[in-house]
Amino acid sequence: MGLLRPSLPPGKSFGALAEFADPAELYHACEAVRDAGYTKWDAHTPFPVHGLDRAMGLKPSRLPWVVLVMALGGALAGIGLQGWVSTTAYPLVISGKPFFSWPAFVPVTFELSILGGALGAVFGMFAMNQLPTLYHPLFGKTSFERASDDGFFLSIESWDPKFDPDRTVELLRQLGAKEVELVHS
Amino acid sequence: MSGTQNESGAIGAKGGQTAGSSAGLADPNHPENSDPVDHRAPLILGAPTFHAITEVVARPLERKPTRGWWICFLTSVAMVGVLGVSIAWLFWEGIGVWGLNNPVGWAFDITNFVFWVGIGHAGTLISAILFLFRQKWRTSINRSAEAMTLFAVMCALIFPGIHIGRPWVAYWMFPIPNQMAMWPQFRSPLMWDVFAVSIYGSVSALFWFVGLVPDLATIRDRSTGLRRKIFGALALGWRGSMRHWQHYEKAYLILAGLATPLVLSVHSIVSMDFATSQLPGWHTTIFPPYFVAGAIFSGFAMVVTLMVITRKAFGLEEIITMKHFDYMAKIMLVTGMMVGYAYGLEFFIAWFSGSAYELFTFKNRAFGPYAWAYWTMVSCNVLSPQLFWFKKVRGSLVWLFVLSIFVNIGMWFERFVIIVTSLHRDFLPSSWFYFRPTLFDVSTMIGSFGLFFMMFCLFVRFLPVVATAEVKTVLPQAAAHPPQAPVIQFDEQGGRDATDGRFGLAPGGAA
Repeated sequence: MGLLRPSLPPGKSFGALAEFADPAELYHACEAVRDAGYTKWDAHTPFPVHGLDRAMGLKPSRLPWVVLVMALGGALAGIGLQGWVSTTAYPLVISGKPFFSWPAFVPVTFELSILGGALGAVFGMFAMNQLPTLYHPLFGKTSFERASDDGFFLSIESWDPKFDPDRTVELLRQLGAKEVELVHS
Repeated sequence: MSGTQNESGAIGAKGGQTAGSSAGLADPNHPENSDPVDHRAPLILGAPTFHAITEVVARPLERKPTRGWWICFLTSVAMVGVLGVSIAWLFWEGIGVWGLNNPVGWAFDITNFVFWVGIGHAGTLISAILFLFRQKWRTSINRSAEAMTLFAVMCALIFPGIHIGRPWVAYWMFPIPNQMAMWPQFRSPLMWDVFAVSIYGSVSALFWFVGLVPDLATIRDRSTGLRRKIFGALALGWRGSMRHWQHYEKAYLILAGLATPLVLSVHSIVSMDFATSQLPGWHTTIFPPYFVAGAIFSGFAMVVTLMVITRKAFGLEEIITMKHFDYMAKIMLVTGMMVGYAYGLEFFIAWFSGSAYELFTFKNRAFGPYAWAYWTMVSCNVLSPQLFWFKKVRGSLVWLFVLSIFVNIGMWFERFVIIVTSLHRDFLPSSWFYFRPTLFDVSTMIGSFGLFFMMFCLFVRFLPVVATAEVKTVLPQAAAHPPQAPVIQFDEQGGRDATDGRFGLAPGGAA
């Protein structure tokens, strides 16, 4: 867990890695692996394959809540800063307006809520993905380099309760994998 | 480099194999090539494989830079040198080195600032607004347009920093505790501007970096040694995990949703620097939408200028196609007419307001001492884009390039006209004065272009100029369900069952 260290299965074995020919093959394999009851597994693709999250049975991302909280935080900071500066820290009468002339504070409040939301979206996303994680057992496989080019992979981790070196590999073969191999950490 | 013909073959030839049979695949009107769902011609020509896309984008980063790149880069570095000397002299001597006078206290400095902020807007429009509108063609140009945004904001931020000639008090712009126990005045649009532009720059950088991460991983996986380590660190260990992609896509969508109102607010706030004043020529409610339309107009012109060169230099003819230029030309035509409308409406309002000062300002703008600047602006911004009505012009790279330069010039002059013509005739005729730029006005402006082009040269040299992960998603083979025209089958009860062919198991029927 955490920065630079992935959450990995204990022991020597990481799990099984299978390569599929195209997004459609991977899609069907994911549906089958999901239906077989696996939970600790993943697909690796060079681009987000449309609908693959549903084929894997992933729950919708909770990132929007992080963004909402951060954006509201930004807005509060904006109105708080301007209100405090204009009423307490350095009150100035400008064109006879009240000290807390909130309509004039709208632009900065708006910009700060955007900033908060954007920071929440980016860093929330990286945190949920546990990135940066510079080391991962899958990087040890040369074929896996194609996951960022034109390779479509499915990995099942060894700490999955249903994982069995022989039967899992057999399942992936049956699903039409071009190649299946065991990965060690 | 003129014409629409050179559209075929290059990706297939470079990237090795192409998907499917060879004959006629580069022809966008070939039935096998059109999108099977909506029967539109494909966005990416030459029916490339995923790998071919990676190759054509990544290869230029992996070979030695060409002579043309060195020429562009060294020229722009020299211009940055000019910028450095100009700014150093400004700080040493004071803003008297510029042609500013009373009453023209803002001229080239703020013109350049507004011009550069505006240039950036096309990048955000392409990356965020077109994303929300599901315009898939944006994928070919969004990376470079976003880079352009960042570099334009960098250039823009120089000018508020230096225009008072006292950079050591630039921190007065920020709400930070200081030894004078003074705080900024938040009812001023100049203060809003500090927040708008700096947050715009920050959010654009975040958005750009998020888009880059999967492509940085692609470059990492293709390289060895130190290069692999550097790109590995920048890619943060991205491994294409679908569990990551899920959050990633959500983050991307949200960023697009946040950047859209942000970009519209930025140039609106820039326009309020003028519109909230009481100066005739500035005090106009049409300014926010007028500035935003102008920003998008000028930004697209700059995208076209850069893309014509980049596409040629990097052999991206099949990723950035003539169709992309056609769309961008149409956007320039529309936004060009919007600014033309705004120019006309300003005159109408000046007359309709019944204010003698307003009317004088606008008559003076068109027929006074700066009439040359005004009519340069009108011919470049309103007349020249009218040529985009012609398909031949939209399909010719030479025309596109020349017209995009015209628009760049015209939009620079628009800001000059707004700022200088409104200032140079004060309320008291005894204060009237004519602004003439000095050598240092011009050298600072040229230097800012140097900075922009230097950053862009570095970008195309070291980072993938096309968002490959996004371009791959618009290839027909990217769909998990290969799209085919729906097959309508009738079952025994006479009911209809639409299947997409792949899962074509109609009830009781053979598939």
